[in-house]
Amino acid sequence: MDVEKTFDVHRIREDFPILKQVVNGKPLVYLDNAATSQKPQVVLDEMNRYYLEENSNIHRGVHFLSDKATQSYEAARKKIRNFINANDHREVIFVRGTTEGVNLVASSYARRFLKEGDEIIISAMEHHSNIVPWQMLRDEKGVKLRVIPMNDNGELLIDEYETMFTNRTKFVAIVHVSNALGTINPVKQMVNIAHRHDVPVLIDGAQAVPHMRIDVQDIDADFYTFSAHKMYGPTGVGILYGKRRLLEEMIPYQGGGDMIKSVTFEKTIYNDLPHKFEAGTPNIVGGVGFGATIDFINGIDFDAAIAHEEEVLGYATNVLSDIKRVRIIGTAREKASVLSFTIDGIHPHDIGTILDDDGIAIRTGHHCAQPVMIRFGIPATARASFAMYNTKEEVDVLAKGIHKVIEVLG
Amino acid sequence: MSALRELYQEVILDHNKSPRNFRKMEDATRTVEGYNPLCGDRYTVYVKFEDDMVKDVSFEGAGCAISKASASVMSAAVKGKTKAEAEALFAVFHKLVTGEPDPTQELDTLGKLAAFSGVSEFPARVKCAILAWHTLYAAMESNEEKVSTE
Repeated sequence: MDVEKTFDVHRIREDFPILKQVVNGKPLVYLDNAATSQKPQVVLDEMNRYYLEENSNIHRGVHFLSDKATQSYEAARKKIRNFINANDHREVIFVRGTTEGVNLVASSYARRFLKEGDEIIISAMEHHSNIVPWQMLRDEKGVKLRVIPMNDNGELLIDEYETMFTNRTKFVAIVHVSNALGTINPVKQMVNIAHRHDVPVLIDGAQAVPHMRIDVQDIDADFYTFSAHKMYGPTGVGILYGKRRLLEEMIPYQGGGDMIKSVTFEKTIYNDLPHKFEAGTPNIVGGVGFGATIDFINGIDFDAAIAHEEEVLGYATNVLSDIKRVRIIGTAREKASVLSFTIDGIHPHDIGTILDDDGIAIRTGHHCAQPVMIRFGIPATARASFAMYNTKEEVDVLAKGIHKVIEVLG
Repeated sequence: MSALRELYQEVILDHNKSPRNFRKMEDATRTVEGYNPLCGDRYTVYVKFEDDMVKDVSFEGAGCAISKASASVMSAAVKGKTKAEAEALFAVFHKLVTGEPDPTQELDTLGKLAAFSGVSEFPARVKCAILAWHTLYAAMESNEEKVSTE
């Protein structure tokens, strides 16, 4: 099927005003979507509208505006619930982003239920945000971390993973799509394996949600967390999905307003889900913007957008593979969005600067995944990461830029 | 392209490809590791002092062209200088790469270090240019064994 017929990338680009920008005299080629994606006009408009017409605090006012704001915020929660197919909107908790989602589960679930000597399984391709919270817990409680290894293509060794479970294994925390390698992990299968050992699983979905349809019930994830800003929404807001049974057992993450039913100096009764985990005035406009983001995605042919992204990634992989001295880092069979690479003898930081001179935005560095860099024996990579609005023409500009890097630095 | 050519001047490309004093020094007086966590640049700077003089400097490690060339040019520039002279050179170099005005024309004293003038147009690269210098400074002025640009 020719995806360009059902998905008009040039039409979609019109929805993202920032893409018209000129950088260093060249049209912006934005290939840093794994860091954060750009935002469509409709999301910006909705956030502006909220501030112009509804701004007030939620869940507490009897007045008109507070009621409107609460409705908008809670409507967003329900849209997100439908988008990820959660069973119940009370299982959808607003957080600041994926990092906070992981920290919430580490604090409110793992700290409560895990004991010294218990084991947590993570993977070799985790982002720092799905390593450090568990290390903090290790240092505090004496739990152990076990790491699923990966092969040279950047694929987790699922057979090894299966053998890692012991009667002390109490939690699994894994990334759905690697931000450094692009690998799509077989999370449904991995959850199934963990559940055979009665172990709950948290999935870091930050890089997955923008690039594939997520059904948390189909995956059977116990926790699934992601950020709005990587999926065309605003920064500072994200979601922790959790199964209701687990969320009910957990202790609150932070204390404050909105997360209580009643407070006296003797006793506090916590609020029901999801508010039990949402202390204080939240990022209301972020939530409303997130709702608009879901509307935007639902308003396009998302499956065709995904197919288009796959085509662009495949094209980029071929084009860059053909350039002498370029090495692609992360060659898993199942990949999404991310193309990490190095150029023999040239440091990624220099690649980034020279590409920027041509208006090409990529990420260079360790991508907050230093263990991945160590695994591949490199200090850093250059990373192009694609979104639905990227084109093959932009890949050609990138390839031309890489030739220029080699020409300038020799 | 011109700002880019200003950044990657011949001197820098040459010192990146063939860094001077790029070796371990077994009898160093001070050995300090410098690290830029942002981009993973990591260098070990070896210094041999004789009284107040920087008798010898060498370095090892890996990083971008700017950081490696800077370490190389620095090693050649400070060899044989007193600590005070080396520090004064660092101060002038710092002004150069951060684009501070130079009313007293100190920059004329920089020699090959002047090749880093283009860095001031690239704020994200200033840390690359001064990583080795920070490391050298730590070797001269403190007891630390590691420095970080963050």
